Amino acid sequence: MTLLLIVLLPLLGTLVPLIGIRAGRTYCAWLTALLPAVALGITLYLAPLVFSGNVPQFFLPWIPQLDLHLALRLDGLSLLFVLLILGIGLLIILYARYYLSEQDSMGRFYAYLMLFMTSMLGIVTSNNLLLLWFFWELTSLSSFLLIGFWSHQSDARKGARMALTVTGAGGLSLLAGFLLLGQIVGTMDLSVVLQSGDQVRSSPYYLYALVLILLGAFTKSAQFPFQFWLPKAMAAPTPVSAYLHSATMVKAGVFLLARMFPVLAGTDLWFYFVALTGLVTLLYGAYFALLKQDLKGVLAFSTISHLGLITMLFGLNSPMAAVAGVFHIINHATFKASLFMAAGIVDHECGTRDIRKLNGLWRYMPYTTALATIAAASMAGVPLLNGFLSKEMFLSESLDAHMLGGLSWLIPALATLGSVLSAAYSLRFIHDVFFNGEPKNLPKKPHEPPRYMRLPIEILILLCIVVGLFPSSTVSGLLNAAVTAVVPAGYEPEIDLAIWHGFNLPLLMSAIALGGGILVYALRHYIYNFHRQFRSQDPNVIFEASTQAIVRVAQQAIDRFENGSLQRYMFWLLLTALGFSAYGLIESPRLSGNLPAQSIDWAVAVGAGMLCLSGLATVFFHRRRLISLIMLSVVGMLVSLAFARFSAPDLALTQLAVEVVTMILLMLALFFLPQKTPKESSGRRIMRDVLLAGAFGGVVASLNYAVLTRPLQSISSFFLENSVPGGGGHNVVNVILVDFRGFDTLGEITVLGIAGLAIFKLLNRLKLFMPSSDMEGRPWSPERFPAILASMAQSLLPLALLVSVFIFLRGHNLPGGGFIAGLVAAATLILLYMARGVEWAQQRLDFQFQPIAVAGVLIATLTGLGSWVFGYPFLTSAFGHFHIPLIGDVELATALLFDLGVYLTVVGATLMILANLGKVTTPHRPSKEKR
Amino acid sequence: MEALYAATTGILTACGVYLILRGRTFPIVVGLTMLSYAANLFLFSMGGLRTAYTTIIGANMPYADPLPQALVLTAIVIGFAMTAFVVILAMRARGDLGSDHADGQRSDEPREEKQ
Repeated sequence: MTLLLIVLLPLLGTLVPLIGIRAGRTYCAWLTALLPAVALGITLYLAPLVFSGNVPQFFLPWIPQLDLHLALRLDGLSLLFVLLILGIGLLIILYARYYLSEQDSMGRFYAYLMLFMTSMLGIVTSNNLLLLWFFWELTSLSSFLLIGFWSHQSDARKGARMALTVTGAGGLSLLAGFLLLGQIVGTMDLSVVLQSGDQVRSSPYYLYALVLILLGAFTKSAQFPFQFWLPKAMAAPTPVSAYLHSATMVKAGVFLLARMFPVLAGTDLWFYFVALTGLVTLLYGAYFALLKQDLKGVLAFSTISHLGLITMLFGLNSPMAAVAGVFHIINHATFKASLFMAAGIVDHECGTRDIRKLNGLWRYMPYTTALATIAAASMAGVPLLNGFLSKEMFLSESLDAHMLGGLSWLIPALATLGSVLSAAYSLRFIHDVFFNGEPKNLPKKPHEPPRYMRLPIEILILLCIVVGLFPSSTVSGLLNAAVTAVVPAGYEPEIDLAIWHGFNLPLLMSAIALGGGILVYALRHYIYNFHRQFRSQDPNVIFEASTQAIVRVAQQAIDRFENGSLQRYMFWLLLTALGFSAYGLIESPRLSGNLPAQSIDWAVAVGAGMLCLSGLATVFFHRRRLISLIMLSVVGMLVSLAFARFSAPDLALTQLAVEVVTMILLMLALFFLPQKTPKESSGRRIMRDVLLAGAFGGVVASLNYAVLTRPLQSISSFFLENSVPGGGGHNVVNVILVDFRGFDTLGEITVLGIAGLAIFKLLNRLKLFMPSSDMEGRPWSPERFPAILASMAQSLLPLALLVSVFIFLRGHNLPGGGFIAGLVAAATLILLYMARGVEWAQQRLDFQFQPIAVAGVLIATLTGLGSWVFGYPFLTSAFGHFHIPLIGDVELATALLFDLGVYLTVVGATLMILANLGKVTTPHRPSKEKR
Repeated sequence: MEALYAATTGILTACGVYLILRGRTFPIVVGLTMLSYAANLFLFSMGGLRTAYTTIIGANMPYADPLPQALVLTAIVIGFAMTAFVVILAMRARGDLGSDHADGQRSDEPREEKQ
């Protein structure tokens, strides 16, 4: 549980600065530091336990189906990183207090920083591969926010985007690698995975898992060829650079190498991929660090170079090299964080980071000069400082690498060359900036920074010196603990952290590095001149260009399918559906089942024939829209008859009523649309569509036949048995609608209501093409409201409404119900509109239909909710028998109330659709003004 | 009878699909309506084809499968709502774009269809 707090406290800490900023900037910084400080205290409290060889763990199941758990561990490696992350994090909080200006939102900055800290802590303490990946991605996201903190700057936005793209893509690769690794081992549990090194290395998937995981690590740690995002991320505020790009985020990649060392290392492939990538990165970064004119640019490339060094150490496949790698992680974090903070002070106090302008600052800020000099000396590998120790270990390990056979001498030679360059750029950083003449055209007059802005650097420099002087009494315990987590048990090397090993080859190489560094720095102008002949390429431009190229290719690929034509999408959609359903049929051994066929009687034969003919006629006349519509109505009628024939009176009634309103609707719509369809499909297109339609019809018919000739297994016996005792109704179809499947019906009438409202909205301020004549050019009949129809409709109204109520009431026990009754009522009212005109009807039906539909949905919902009052689940129905005078014994159920909701919704929605459509030609048309 | 029923469903489906593939909105709406008839017939037949059966308890006749009937009943009403929505959308598209082509071209000129 205490282990969880280490991650949880900084997470809670993201909220602290957002609230704390109201107390003022200094208080905000102190309050923000509080929770990480407690977490650091907890870590120190747990440290003795870890030193004694225990691994505190925490486990909370999260998503067992994915093998993803909130599992944490604190072994030596985790401990080392937790201390780095929290310790340097606290110093950064202090430093940022003075670095951020009044205009910067400090609360937001600290909140991002704490989020980032949480995710880093999560990475290093995760005991589950997926959880580790989760935090890994969280670092990408939170670093995006931090790099882009000054979002008004284009550089910051671009840099943040580039960092996110590169590390995010690496993160996806890492996920794939972890999934593969999890498959090989059979679990995502890290403690098991760490024990399964031999199993993983002998697996046929080892190569893929290795490459995918390394891609994740290399993108995060800015290894060649993914190094380009790191210099661009320097657009971030300097505290961010100091934290993310020295101690933490870029170290996540090398942490992963260390973490996976027991599982993946030890093979030739590991050496070639990791060590050689590291070597190339080491040299590349060092060379460019020498050339950069931007103070932070120098540090960025030197970071790349040092990350390459660490990567190379892990790649050498020797336990001692891994120790050196872990040791250099600590040392690099201390001296690079202090150098970044020193660079931030220079920037802050001088207003520029251009090395060509910055000169001779020692006169103005002697104290900062001294601190930066020590840090840079450590970076260069000057003896008596911590950087010297790990660099000498690195040089000595490079001598032991024999993987390149006869060319193995190249490795120490190139390692020395890298150290020479490292010494040279360290010297340049100090000499060019703090000495070497007078400053030129500085925007500000430089002076020493505030006392507390220097404090974090002083602490780190103190560490550099103390570790450099007394390595064995300071860090060896931590290093030992970390190494037991990295190196397989039994292979732990004897760590000898002495400053003096006698005169030997590594010492000579160190001496060459320092001497060569001075020489290279003295001759730097030759290198500048040499480099000037290359055209410098801005990685931003290349990155943006390649991003755009990828987007273009993707767009072209999309355009092949998605050209903006709905007609085309419809074709693809239907073709896909056809493919899937045809595949299902091909899979089944034969079409017909073993049920005996029923005989055909003449009524069915005639009906089916008419149905087919009218369907085909609808298609045949589809350019003459009115005729096509009339043919369609014949289809609808016959479908209704088919339902009646095959024992479904409810369906027949519904279909009949719907048919009436649909036809009225389509006729009305056709009035406003062209009366004819122009001929525009090519012969080929028609042929294609006929083939597709025919194939579709064939597949549907075959499917239908296959089902009809096979024995039926239905769950309906439940409904038939429980309809009367459970639902209180004899009409099972209706009971299913309002009771058993009432929730479906509720959803359905809601959709109906929404469709009505959407149509009402669509009709609002509709621009219309009002034809003044029919398609033959004849004017409309002056007899707009025929007298017979008018009087018939009017006298039918009460009768029809009575029928509607009757159908509604009997619905629970006999064919009928809310849907049918509602449609009947709606059709009657629409008939009135048609017979007497909108003007006439409007005077007599002076109300809106929207509230009726909404009330219907509301009644149905409330009926459902009502059962809660009596302690039953949603939509439980109750019923009983009542004796009503004159009518007699009536069985009433709450389902009837629900059905009333259905009834009102259907009436309201149908009239909302049709009456409003009819009104668009009149002054009563729906418009904003009227509401 | 099963074969005849299935063939009818198939023919209605084919008619609906062909109309849906047309370029103008009105035939598409007609096609959709046709397709929903076919779909309803298809779904309905999942309970088997029963003549002189019933779904009323106590009617002294064998019982037909009520479940597909209930499903199709709601499908008919929803189908109406969707048809209405699509046809009004088509009207609106014509009003706003000046064309009743499904691809929403701004003119009534027939366009060279991309293959």
